[in-house]
Amino acid sequence: IGHPEIFPLVFTTKTQEIFNCRVDEDVTEENCFKLIKKEDIIQDLKTRAAVSDFHPVRKVILEYPGEELLLVFDAKFQYGQNFYLVASEEAKENLLKPPETAEEEEKEEENTEGTLEIHPYKPPVPKPWVSLGSEKEVEEESVKETVTKIKYMLSRVRRKFGAPITFTDKNASHVKDSYVECTSYQDKSFSIKMLEKDVGVQMVPKVREASTQTKWIYQKNTATQYFPRQLSNEEKEESLSSDKLKDFLTSVSLRVEIALQQNEIMNAFFDDWKALAEDESSSGGKPDVCLKAYQSFTDLRYLKDRTISCVCWHPTIYGIIAVSAREQLSYEKQVNLSGTSLLQQSVILFWSFFYPIHPQLMLECPEDIYCFQFSPSDPNIIAGGCINGQVVLWDISQHEEKLQNAKTVADGIQMTDVNMVNASVLKTFQYNCMSGLKRGKVRIQVNKAKWLPLVRYCAVSSIEYSHKKTVTDIHWLPDSSEEKQVGATSENRAEICVQLVTCSPDGSVLFWDIPASKLPEQVKEKENFYMPPAVPDTLKHLDICWKPLIKVLYTNIEQKDQVDTARTPQEFCFPTLSFFQQIMYLYCFPEKMRSLNTLEVLDRESPYTEMSTPSSKNLKVLENITTDFFVGTEDGEIVYSDWKMEIDSDSIKPHAQKYTTHTETINTLQRSPFFKDIILSVGGRSFAIWKEGVTNGPILQSSCSAGRNTVGHWSLARPGVFFIGRDDGNIDIWDLLKKTHEPSHFQNISESVITFISPWIASPKQHFLAVSDDLGVLHVLEICQTLSHPSRNEHANVLDYFEREAKYLKYCEQEYQEFQAKTELKWNGR
Amino acid sequence: AEVEETLKRIQAHKGVVGTIVINAEGIPIRTTLDNSTTVQYAGLLHQLTMKAKSTVRDIDPQNDLTFLRIRSKKHEIMVAPDKEYLLIVIQNPCE
Repeated sequence: IGHPEIFPLVFTTKTQEIFNCRVDEDVTEENCFKLIKKEDIIQDLKTRAAVSDFHPVRKVILEYPGEELLLVFDAKFQYGQNFYLVASEEAKENLLKPPETAEEEEKEEENTEGTLEIHPYKPPVPKPWVSLGSEKEVEEESVKETVTKIKYMLSRVRRKFGAPITFTDKNASHVKDSYVECTSYQDKSFSIKMLEKDVGVQMVPKVREASTQTKWIYQKNTATQYFPRQLSNEEKEESLSSDKLKDFLTSVSLRVEIALQQNEIMNAFFDDWKALAEDESSSGGKPDVCLKAYQSFTDLRYLKDRTISCVCWHPTIYGIIAVSAREQLSYEKQVNLSGTSLLQQSVILFWSFFYPIHPQLMLECPEDIYCFQFSPSDPNIIAGGCINGQVVLWDISQHEEKLQNAKTVADGIQMTDVNMVNASVLKTFQYNCMSGLKRGKVRIQVNKAKWLPLVRYCAVSSIEYSHKKTVTDIHWLPDSSEEKQVGATSENRAEICVQLVTCSPDGSVLFWDIPASKLPEQVKEKENFYMPPAVPDTLKHLDICWKPLIKVLYTNIEQKDQVDTARTPQEFCFPTLSFFQQIMYLYCFPEKMRSLNTLEVLDRESPYTEMSTPSSKNLKVLENITTDFFVGTEDGEIVYSDWKMEIDSDSIKPHAQKYTTHTETINTLQRSPFFKDIILSVGGRSFAIWKEGVTNGPILQSSCSAGRNTVGHWSLARPGVFFIGRDDGNIDIWDLLKKTHEPSHFQNISESVITFISPWIASPKQHFLAVSDDLGVLHVLEICQTLSHPSRNEHANVLDYFEREAKYLKYCEQEYQEFQAKTELKWNGR
Repeated sequence: AEVEETLKRIQAHKGVVGTIVINAEGIPIRTTLDNSTTVQYAGLLHQLTMKAKSTVRDIDPQNDLTFLRIRSKKHEIMVAPDKEYLLIVIQNPCE
């Protein structure tokens, strides 16, 4: 406790006695010091061993170098006990002596005041520390570790110390985004867990959809079948004879008759106002009458230097028109129609409205075709007459669809124009080769363009039995009639057109028969002649060996007997053949082709000769058919006759009429489509209208015109209108209700002679007129409204006009006869 | 007899196309047209006449239908009603 040599002791009284340090006796406060011999203490220790008070300091005592130990009475208990032992000599000395010194110093100090004595420097002598209680405070203030420090001992293998370090490279691009980082993560230890949440709640009713099906059937009538009630015959009789009916009729009949008469008197519902308007428009003013040019077709390849001989509209397909061409011949050559060799392949071209540049179809012809016709019953069969007298048949059923789709084709082939020009040139070469001319050209195989097919004829008549001259007209017999070899017409049950009539300037009219038993698909095993491919097999058996069925000869009146066929100087054109069609005929048709029967019908001549009876069955000859016909001749005569055989052995009544009204060749004889007995004839410089039954002459005859009329045609829409074509390229439109002395309108169509006119009604709004001319151009014109729609009562008016004219003619005739009678009387009278 | 005569006379008028006599139920008794046409006319006109009759009588119960004429574009149909029978005449008005 700062004083290592001070040892506090507790002295018991015993000890005190022993050592004569009894408290308050020996030792007092003032005299606190007691010197004890060391030996005494040791003796004490030996005697009293543990009991001795000196026991705790026994070691100190033994080590005490001095002889005497100082024992201090501590009355104040400075060191905690009443005695303390001083263990060191110095300390002993200090204790004993210092107070003396102190006293001495005090004394000295007192003494020094009076005297200035130089005291020698005396260094401070260290005093023993006296604890004044500051130890506690220091202890409190001192920082001490409360927690024992944790000691970690880390060790590492010795060899790893200071070892060389190896670095490695890592490509930054290997790491995604070239970015390496220590990503942060949410430390769960720092997240706050929501322990309470405030939520609103609402009650809603639960919605559910459900469906059910019921079995309720709604009865409904879907169909009703009924038949009318009818009374049996007896009941009818009964009621007819009943009195009630009688009374009923008597009472009712009056009313009914009044009503009927009212209707007969006048038509109460006739709208005068409307009728007036119609008449106004047709008669007043000068309406714009014209033929509008619609399209014109020409082809440089096939129609160059050729004239169009015949134009025909396709009967069913809209917009298809066929044109036949032949060589342009001067008038002299035309008369002596010799079979000149062809320099150019003759074709019949089919044009379509939708593609005016190229023809749609071509029909190959053996010779130039003078006239042709579509078969009315089957528009795919076409019959044509050649200039050498042969009759040709084509079958275009393969191309029918193509023709019908001409419109769509036209749109698609605009782009191939350029190519086609080259191909067509090559084709011309091919045709030249095929025509057999020796030009030294090799046959070139050319891929024919798909859209310009060439159809070869499928049947041609045999040369020896055909006409000797040009077939100038060809007609299909209407499907209800059939000409038999007997000369009597019979019924045609099949209702297909199977017969043709042709006429020619060689004086004969030939009736041709096409066997109905066509074999379109069958292949013949025996091929007598080579048929080029792509030709339909129809009528194959007719090819080359086709012979006419009946031949009717017309001869000159002056000539008496004829046996030969072609001798007459008079040549005939036979444009017209028409029938009354109400009669039904029985079809009868011989199985095999018969040899030619020459039936010669002569004008005012002796009867003809043989006639073989055919093996026909079920032949029903009808008596009351009219087999009359008109024939126009090349000299301008018109003959009206009947071909029905009058089997009269003695004499044949020549019931043929001849009229010489025209001076030149008659080029058109046509019946009016509206009146069955009115015929238009055009020839030379005039034209005439005839009525069947009126035998005096034409009921209308035009004056001689400046130019020649080349062709004429009735209008298909209006009864009183017809078209005349002229040699200066004009078309005259005659309207009989307006003017009868001159055409009501004329229009120039082309520069050259008009060769053919053909009107056509394509639709109620579109009426076309096809006009062909000598240059090979086909003009299609659209007929304007006024010419294509008849006015009210036009039919009746025109009929009236014709009847009037006929009456006038009769009256004239009568007058003439009377006059003649008068003059005769006069003469006779003289 | 008389019936025939009367009917012939009516039929002979100008423009008359056909005549039909039907009984109260609409069944034709006597006709000049073919069967199917007759049946059609009879059925349709019978109903129409009944309707016309009821119309007239509804407006005025004292009134009655005496004659019905239907004028169409092509012809005129005349119906004469009675208690037990109906006479139908079809005529083409003069034009």
